[in-house]
Amino acid sequence: MADAVAGPTSVPARSATAGRPRHSAVVRVTHWLTTLSFLALLVSGVEILISHPRFYWGETGNVNTRPLFQFNIPASRSTVPTGYGYVLPDQNGWSRYLHFQSAWVAVGTGLLYLVFGFFTGHFRRNLLPAPPDRSLRGLSASINGRLRFRRPAEEEAGSYNVLQRLTYLLVIFVLFPLVIWTGLAMSPAIASAIPAAVTSLGGQQSARTLHFCVSGLLVLFLLVHVLMVSLAGFRSRVRAMITGNPAAPMERR
Amino acid sequence: MTRRKLITTGLIATAGASGLAAAAKLAERNGLIPPDAGGLYGAGETLTYAAQRLLTRHSLAREFSRGQISQQPFANAVAPLGEGFQRLQAGAFADWRLGVDGMVARPRSFSLAELSSLPSRTQITHLACEEGWSYIAEWRGVPLSRILDLVGTLPQARYVVYRSFQPGWWESIDMADALHPQTLVTHGMNGGELPVAFGGPLRLRVPRQLGYKSVKYIARLTITDSLKRFGKGLGSASPEAGYAWYAGI
Repeated sequence: MADAVAGPTSVPARSATAGRPRHSAVVRVTHWLTTLSFLALLVSGVEILISHPRFYWGETGNVNTRPLFQFNIPASRSTVPTGYGYVLPDQNGWSRYLHFQSAWVAVGTGLLYLVFGFFTGHFRRNLLPAPPDRSLRGLSASINGRLRFRRPAEEEAGSYNVLQRLTYLLVIFVLFPLVIWTGLAMSPAIASAIPAAVTSLGGQQSARTLHFCVSGLLVLFLLVHVLMVSLAGFRSRVRAMITGNPAAPMERR
Repeated sequence: MTRRKLITTGLIATAGASGLAAAAKLAERNGLIPPDAGGLYGAGETLTYAAQRLLTRHSLAREFSRGQISQQPFANAVAPLGEGFQRLQAGAFADWRLGVDGMVARPRSFSLAELSSLPSRTQITHLACEEGWSYIAEWRGVPLSRILDLVGTLPQARYVVYRSFQPGWWESIDMADALHPQTLVTHGMNGGELPVAFGGPLRLRVPRQLGYKSVKYIARLTITDSLKRFGKGLGSASPEAGYAWYAGI
């Protein structure tokens, strides 16, 4: 009888926790929209980079000035000295169109996620370190245990551990805002409206260099994230992020 | 799905769709839709253009100190300009003309001497190429708004189309940029004449947009209320080659 009140389509095998999905619908939808837009930003960003694979510091930089660093890859413009005897095809047009359209999707998705996260307590409940980890001693003990691969307690398996929580907070509240800011700082129109957005970064070329570096950190996060998901059980984790439940009803029996 | 959920979803979808339609109409009336809004990337372009027109219509591009002028500016090479250009160059561009036509009361053309005699503005601004490089230079020229005044631009004008001496190279800007005080019909650079490599004798500098909107060797301005009749109707040669019409990014 207890099962019968769990929902209109009561499945006898369902456990008591099945009513609450592992990830809420908003988290699942915004996760995949972010995935899609991030991959589009990454591909188009690499294409844009190829037209001038040199980075500078300050306001200005071009092939006549010394770069801060550069990549020894072929470029899509003949004016860039690369040491290669050929020039890649110019893909900057659609890359830029796609980059900015995807940026809008990413920013819109991010705003939706932020509003949801603050109002429903998602950040407080799922991402802020759990109450025992909120002191420096508790935090270091937790991280220590985590780094020694101590097995997590049973009740922790359905939530994030402290290192995951800190990483997600860093990505959501530091890296994403930084990559958006440094991206906007490259826009001549935004620079005219909010000059401080550019000058505080050290100049327009500094903004471009920082945009590249922060993007690199986000790619590093993506790689580690996918690796961790694979180690933890790729199918069940990805299923949880799609349907909300870690395992199909058949497997739960 | 329950009936209540279905009805709520339906109501939200209807409200969303009609809200979008109303927003699109309002945006069109207020000139917030770029000419390349059709197609795969139209939504992103429209959001960018509309947002920046609402937030940055009157903002001024940053101006720099003399000490920040790039010692080694760079300019992309252009295709050979041909014999006609060489003849004009041999005559120190004394016969260069900037024609102005379209929705104006007094269509006319300007020689370089006439443009140089008009009150000029000097500004040290940044030029950023869409490829990623940039430089800072001092530019001297006549504000485009001054020329639009002289020819008596009609009130229904919405865009200025500008063409290079180089065939097939043309761009357009809306009136917000055309009337902007820093949009210059430029004839001088870093204290001297504007070098040919940097667009001399005449270049339209639009400092709040990327370098490709600052067309070199401009020879003709056409004031219009619609871009549909120009080229493929996408606003300029850039969208026809796959690049965004609005380059304020």
